[in-house]
Amino acid sequence: MSARIVHIASNTFREAVRDRVLYNLIAFALLLSGAAILVGQISIDIKRLVVINLGLTAVSLFGVVIAIFIGIGLVSKEIERRTLYTVLSRPVRRWEFIVGKFFGLAGTLVVNTFFMAIGVFAALLFVSHKFARPDALILVALYFIILQFLIICALALLFSSFSSPLLSAVFAFSLFVIGSFAEDLRGFAGMAHGLTRWLASAAAYLVPNFSAFNVISSIAHEQPVAGQLVLHNTLYALFYAAMALSGAVLIFEHRDLK
Amino acid sequence: MPVIEILGLEKTYLVGFWRKRPKRALHPLHLTVEEGEVFGFLGPNGAGKTTTLKLLMGLVFPTSGSARLLGRDWTDPEVKAQIGFLPEQPYFYDYLTAHELLNYYGQLSGVPGKDRKRRIDEVLQRVGLTDVKGVQLRKFSKGMLQRAGIAQAILHDPKLVFFDEPMSGLDPMGRREVRDLMEQLKHEGKTVFFSTHILSDAEALCDRVAIIHQGELRSVGAVADLTSSVQSKVEVIWQGREVPPSMKALGAECHVTGDTVRAVLAESQQDAAIDALRRERMRLIAITPVRTSLEEYFIEKLQQSETSVGSTA
Repeated sequence: MSARIVHIASNTFREAVRDRVLYNLIAFALLLSGAAILVGQISIDIKRLVVINLGLTAVSLFGVVIAIFIGIGLVSKEIERRTLYTVLSRPVRRWEFIVGKFFGLAGTLVVNTFFMAIGVFAALLFVSHKFARPDALILVALYFIILQFLIICALALLFSSFSSPLLSAVFAFSLFVIGSFAEDLRGFAGMAHGLTRWLASAAAYLVPNFSAFNVISSIAHEQPVAGQLVLHNTLYALFYAAMALSGAVLIFEHRDLK
Repeated sequence: MPVIEILGLEKTYLVGFWRKRPKRALHPLHLTVEEGEVFGFLGPNGAGKTTTLKLLMGLVFPTSGSARLLGRDWTDPEVKAQIGFLPEQPYFYDYLTAHELLNYYGQLSGVPGKDRKRRIDEVLQRVGLTDVKGVQLRKFSKGMLQRAGIAQAILHDPKLVFFDEPMSGLDPMGRREVRDLMEQLKHEGKTVFFSTHILSDAEALCDRVAIIHQGELRSVGAVADLTSSVQSKVEVIWQGREVPPSMKALGAECHVTGDTVRAVLAESQQDAAIDALRRERMRLIAITPVRTSLEEYFIEKLQQSETSVGSTA
């Protein structure tokens, strides 16, 4: 990897780390994990279930919010504030800038997820007093959450490369919501006829299939995750993120910075 | 050897929301700047100065034309390792300190780690920011940001430096310091290309200047050569409280202050003015030549172009 990409990525990471809003969101996610302990008190024997469900959902949702919140401004903010001028007037290729930004944001989210995951495991230890073998499956759920973040980061960057932060946020969040129901959309497409079937199928396969990444509930119920799903989701996330990132590069390579 | 060769660079933007219409920001521009020159790119606001610099920096793409910088194609990213650029009214990552900012830019320019630390300290000293190198840029004043901008432009010891309105936002002291810095860069053998609308700065610093107006190049040359074509003027001062009609008839610009009158008129009218004052029995105090400034030349050029636009319309 080019050294310039690493420098741009670490500067993006530093920007995120120095943003106070990020800490508010992480604190809120940790608070939610803590609240899961209280919610778990309501019913006997479901403490673990509630802590895993609520905790991992909080990690996923707040991570998505952080990814969109930071991702949408990554390019547009640099153009608007003209900070990009002094970067691109150096021997930095435009694609290096986009890829560096992507890795910087992805790195931020991995570190955030790590800290939020510590919160979830601490809550789990608090209610269960010890870790059991099925708890290791939580790591698979966290891995899927991170894969999901990679797609969202790339999509946020794609939208940020041609539209305003507000519109980028709307596009990215809409895709996240639609993508979370991608399996239902595919089911609907299967039942529809004619043009509707064709359109629904196209939409169902174009939007990112986030529902395949959501294994939180089954892990909470101690159901194992198939190795094939892990491989499929890994390849799918990498392919989808690479496609979105290529789109962002393609747009940005031809954009005038007025 | 020319370090900047602009070969017909042209830029037309499409403006409007629904019905896009073309707006030409820069007519095909041909310009050459030699090594070691301090070159002033002059023009009023909106003349096309920043567009030209953005084209050269690869921030916007030309509609047609090309350029060569330091003998290489201007789109070659490696050329940029030897180029410094200060944008107009620069804004930097405000979460970084001045030292961190320069370190980041040094990394992007490929300055090796060992040299980088030394260079950062040197340029911070040079622009007078050593004492605030650990302060985040969000706490910087406009003038301090401009200094940080100059520091990042010269950090990697470039051969060619582009400054877009470098004096903007600076107090008289700061302007003086930037002028001194540009002179130092010239002594170091660097080529400096800077845009400005402050003509006194250009007059004091530049080996050559170009005047651009409404996206079109109006003239290029050494300041002395350009100003020599403007009709010379003289200032005539005499004692009196009113301007005789014969002086007005010579086309003099007259100002009465107390019991003296100052008139500025063409040098060719000097003898006629003396005769007129003798006839009116006025007491002549002084006749001095008025130095033709770049400003006069600049205004004349702008007026000419306005007239030609008006006559073709």
